[in-house]
Amino acid sequence: MAKVEQKGTLSKDELRDFFREMLLIRRFEEKVEERFRAGELPGFLHVAIGQEAVAVGVCRALEDGDVIASTHRAHGHTLAKGTTPNELMAELYGKLEGCSHGYGGSMHLYDVEHGNLGANAVVGGGLPQITGAALAFQLRGEPRVAVAFFGDGATNIGTFHESLNLGQLWKVPAVYVLEDNKWAESTPERQHSPIRDLSKRAEAFGMTAIKVDGQDVGAVYAATRRALEHARSGKGPVFLHCDTYRLRGHYIGDPQVYRSKEEQEDVREHHDPITLLREALGLSDEEFDEVDGEVQEIVDTSVDFAKNGTDPRPEDALKNVYA
Amino acid sequence: MPELSYREAVRDTLSRAMREDDDVFILGEDIAEMGGSMGVTHGMLDEFGPERVRNTPISEMALAGAAIGAAMQGMRPVAEIMYEDFLTLATEQIVNQAAKHRYMSGGQLTVPVTFRTQGGAGWSPGAQHAQQLEAWFVHIPGLKVVFASTPTDVRGLLWSAIYDDNPVVFFEHRTLYGIKEQVPEELEPIPLGKARVHRQGEDVTVIATGRLVHEALTAAQEAEQDGVSVEVVDPRTLQPLDEDALITSVKKTNRCVVAHEAVTRMGFGAEVAAIIQYGAFDWLDAPIERVGAKFTPLPFAPVMEEWCVPHARDVLDAIKRTVGRNGD
Repeated sequence: MAKVEQKGTLSKDELRDFFREMLLIRRFEEKVEERFRAGELPGFLHVAIGQEAVAVGVCRALEDGDVIASTHRAHGHTLAKGTTPNELMAELYGKLEGCSHGYGGSMHLYDVEHGNLGANAVVGGGLPQITGAALAFQLRGEPRVAVAFFGDGATNIGTFHESLNLGQLWKVPAVYVLEDNKWAESTPERQHSPIRDLSKRAEAFGMTAIKVDGQDVGAVYAATRRALEHARSGKGPVFLHCDTYRLRGHYIGDPQVYRSKEEQEDVREHHDPITLLREALGLSDEEFDEVDGEVQEIVDTSVDFAKNGTDPRPEDALKNVYA
Repeated sequence: MPELSYREAVRDTLSRAMREDDDVFILGEDIAEMGGSMGVTHGMLDEFGPERVRNTPISEMALAGAAIGAAMQGMRPVAEIMYEDFLTLATEQIVNQAAKHRYMSGGQLTVPVTFRTQGGAGWSPGAQHAQQLEAWFVHIPGLKVVFASTPTDVRGLLWSAIYDDNPVVFFEHRTLYGIKEQVPEELEPIPLGKARVHRQGEDVTVIATGRLVHEALTAAQEAEQDGVSVEVVDPRTLQPLDEDALITSVKKTNRCVVAHEAVTRMGFGAEVAAIIQYGAFDWLDAPIERVGAKFTPLPFAPVMEEWCVPHARDVLDAIKRTVGRNGD
């Protein structure tokens, strides 16, 4: 059995800082939903509302030089890894100022300078490359770690099994972060996996697995620090199993016909990481409103920035095909 | 000038690059102690060790993807996909990932990875060990595609592929590994995107790739006995394609045959024919002839396999057809 990580040792100030970032991600994604419904945002968008503690807990534990690969549900990871809300929102509006300069969109968010090697719209698509990035760090003797995010649905695809096997075989400095949000699009975990504890899949390769309450940002942070230390010290990769919840549908606009109202309400009421952390911090309404006002202003500014951004010329589509 | 086989030429290039550059390493199935299923990497484990001559599990997705990931960190990995048929298993990583990271990131990333692979009929392995799948990959923006037909070419082109900042799918042909040639003492890189005129001629241009270059040269000699002068051109790099060289040749000869071992239908030759008809329409004296395999999976029985894939006589027949169209 994977060890279940206990609470970390973050100070109250640090936790408040994490809270602020989680709330920023929440308000950012709510704004994305709003602007999508208003018809302003093209494409196919997926929010990670409910999973903010994983994004912040993991990314805050990383060192400069560590890299991540994300998933189609990438806004939170991208912000937590250091991309500004302005650059992210500009990308969602298809502007040259965007973090992928208008070539990527919500499912292909990159920020190489900040160690974000890209969100991936193919489930499990980034895992082999994170294994390879970690191999490069190992071959060059660099004390860096490569981190892959993926969901429970991805644990059924070949790239997951091949990558974990290869990563463990070669003892590369990687951390494979499972965001177990219980849903593969519309398919619940009981319909896509014959086992309930997905950590066993990593343990089958001989990989160290750590299981953590993904709604507790302090615990995620502490578990990630431990996983990174293990990977960085040459002991091989770690499987970080974050138990989390997707509070929304698979995509913006998903009517969630496959999910009962009761379950949705239960998850919102009992498993919202922001509510949980607000309670743990004992924030008063005034304190909360102050932080909330700050982050909402940042989000509003990002929308203004994006709307005033530069549209690419149509023929810019021919750039960047080849180096 | 040393004499090298096509197999040795590949090994020579890999070894030279690895001697000069710590960022180059090779990975693949059975490439270490065994030296690869085709013996290409034989002996390299002894020189470079298991860190840089990395045996992998039978995991095409992971080995291709790991090569891509290392390339995204600035290394120059060369991944061996044992048979072209197994490219199908790595295609998601090559097509969705390697070919698109630079583009999707708006130019932030480069992916200088090379995927070496080999295929080709002539030894009756049946339907899953000898396909020619280059047409799949030339259709993908972001990939470069090379198909080398001689020891000199494979040596110079592989060097350029390794040092290209784009992902390159590098096709070798199984039946060419044993052919030998004098090669220059110093490795001379051959730029990607440059065709090679193997033989000058006046009456017909045969544009051929891989094994069919050699079949075309044989056919050209036979045609000459009938008084038909044949020019043989090998594009060598299929993407980017040296369109000018092909069009220039056809403008000179006024007739064109396109020849490859892959199935004719929807093959690489179809695109070449389209380029030639557009670029040299007013110069053409006959419809462009196409030579390739019949539209069937490769059969096992040698007599069927032999019948399905093209040979020199098929190229010669096509030459004769195109010459016969002349109203002389």
